[in-house]
Parts: sequence; structure tokens; C-alpha cells
Amino acid sequence: MNNDFKKAIKSSVKSLYNSLPVIVGVVLLISIVNVLIPKSFYLKIFNKSNLLDLFIGSSLGSIFAGNPITSYMLGGELLKEGIGLLAVTSFIVAWVTVGLVQLPAEIIMLGKKFAILRNVISFIFSILVATVTVSIINNL
Amino acid sequence: MGIYFMIFVLAVYFLISLFNIDLIFSSLQFSFLIFKNILPAFILIFILMIIINYYIHPKQVDNLIGKSAGIKRWAFAVIGGIISTGPIYLWYPLLKDLNKRGVSHGFIATFLYNRAIKIPILPLFIFYFGIEYAVVLMIVMILASLVQGFIFEAIEKHIY
Repeated sequence: MNNDFKKAIKSSVKSLYNSLPVIVGVVLLISIVNVLIPKSFYLKIFNKSNLLDLFIGSSLGSIFAGNPITSYMLGGELLKEGIGLLAVTSFIVAWVTVGLVQLPAEIIMLGKKFAILRNVISFIFSILVATVTVSIINNL
Repeated sequence: MGIYFMIFVLAVYFLISLFNIDLIFSSLQFSFLIFKNILPAFILIFILMIIINYYIHPKQVDNLIGKSAGIKRWAFAVIGGIISTGPIYLWYPLLKDLNKRGVSHGFIATFLYNRAIKIPILPLFIFYFGIEYAVVLMIVMILASLVQGFIFEAIEKHIY
């Protein structure tokens, strides 16, 4: 094994090792949020009014984190319960692009300004993306 | 800094355990499942970091995904974000390394936004929402990711 390769391994191990407390912290935080908040909560909070639900969808999606599959299933359930496509879309988009639970980790790893700005812009974008997507779908 | 964050989370667990220990057990079980699921992605990222550290020098990073790469870097950010696996926070160390090597925040923002589009779970998405909706949302999200990248590149020099 040459020296450059050893250096590459050492530097990668160091980088991941330094990130380990952040990753463990985020996983523990995501788990406690998932256990604390029952899935039925999502259904109760929507208002069935398009504009307000759009905002609620983005806000809920931003607060909770987890596998995108969970957001699809929840989104499917919300649609079945009569929640509008606009709100469900903003919920799904915010779920995967905004992450308040993992924000502390993002701040530590990628910088405060970047992390906060990225999450704020992604929150606004979740509303815009939902509006544009549903408008296109309605006009197809 | 990272260690303080973990201590804070552990303190939250300790406080909750004083009131409801069962909740902590459920949460730890949930965490174990997450760790089990993210292990392959963690190994993949480790291998990627070694490859980048060994084969790709700062000049090459710049030519491939740095500002001098032009339009090519946006294609890398979009495709890289889509094909990358595992949760978003696993990619932070690699992105931090790339940022140190001169990759822009715009590239990172576009990459992270495209992490929302996951080809392997697309069939499930289509099952719930239909193919028409899936295709439209995917295209709109890719465009939104590029706009987000451009915004970051435009403001980068003013805020960093």
C-alpha cells in the first residue's frame, strides 16, 4: 500500500470519525421525534382549506424527518382523508428537502449561514414547487 | 461541536427517561433500525471519500465540479443527488470535504435538493400518486434545485 493511499484512508477515517457524534445525535433525535408523535397527529392538524393547508403541509414536512417512503405513505393517507393535493405535495417536498431535526447537524457540518439559508429557501420552494406542480397537473 | 450536540441529545433522552422509560426503549429500537439501514450507505460514502482523497486532486475537483467546470458541474450535482443513497446527513462529511476543496455552496445546495428524488422508490411513489404526477413533480424539483444552486452561487460571495 503506497503512502498516498494510506493518507487517503487516514483522512477519510478522520473525517467520518469526527462526524460520528453528529450522525448518532441526528439518528437519536429523529427516532425520539418519530416515537413521540403518532401518525394520527398528521391527519388531525390539516384544516381542509387550500391555502392554509399548503402552509401547514410545508411546516409539518419541515419539522419531521425520516425516510421519504414514510412521507409517501403519509401523503397517500392524507389524500384518502380528503386533504388537497397542493397540501400533500408541499408536505412531501418539505419532508425531503427541509430538515429542522437535522438542522443542528447541518449547521455543524456545513456552516450556520449555509444551513439556515438553505432550509429557509427550501421551505419557500416547497410551497412554490407544490403550487407549480399542481397547476401543471390540473392543466394537463 | 458535534460532541456537544450528541451530549445535548443524550441529555434530552435522560430527561424523557425520568418520565417515560418505555418511550426511550422504543426510540432506541427505532434508532437501531435506522443504524442498520444506513450502514451500507455509510460504507459506500467511506469508499467514495477514499477514492476522492486518493484519485481526485483539488485541480481535478475544480475541473469536474468546481466553478471552472461550467455547466457540467450542475449535471453532476443533479445526477449525484439523485443516485446518492442513504439519509441526507450521511453526506455532510463528504460535502464538507468537497467544500474545503473549492466546491461551491451552490453545487452542494443543488446536490442536497436532488436527494429528494430517489429512483429505487419511484415505483412506490407512482403507486400512491400516479405516473403523471410523479414525472411532473420530478421535473419541477430538478428545475427548483438548479434555481436554488444559482441563488447560492449568486449570493455566495456576499455572505461567506
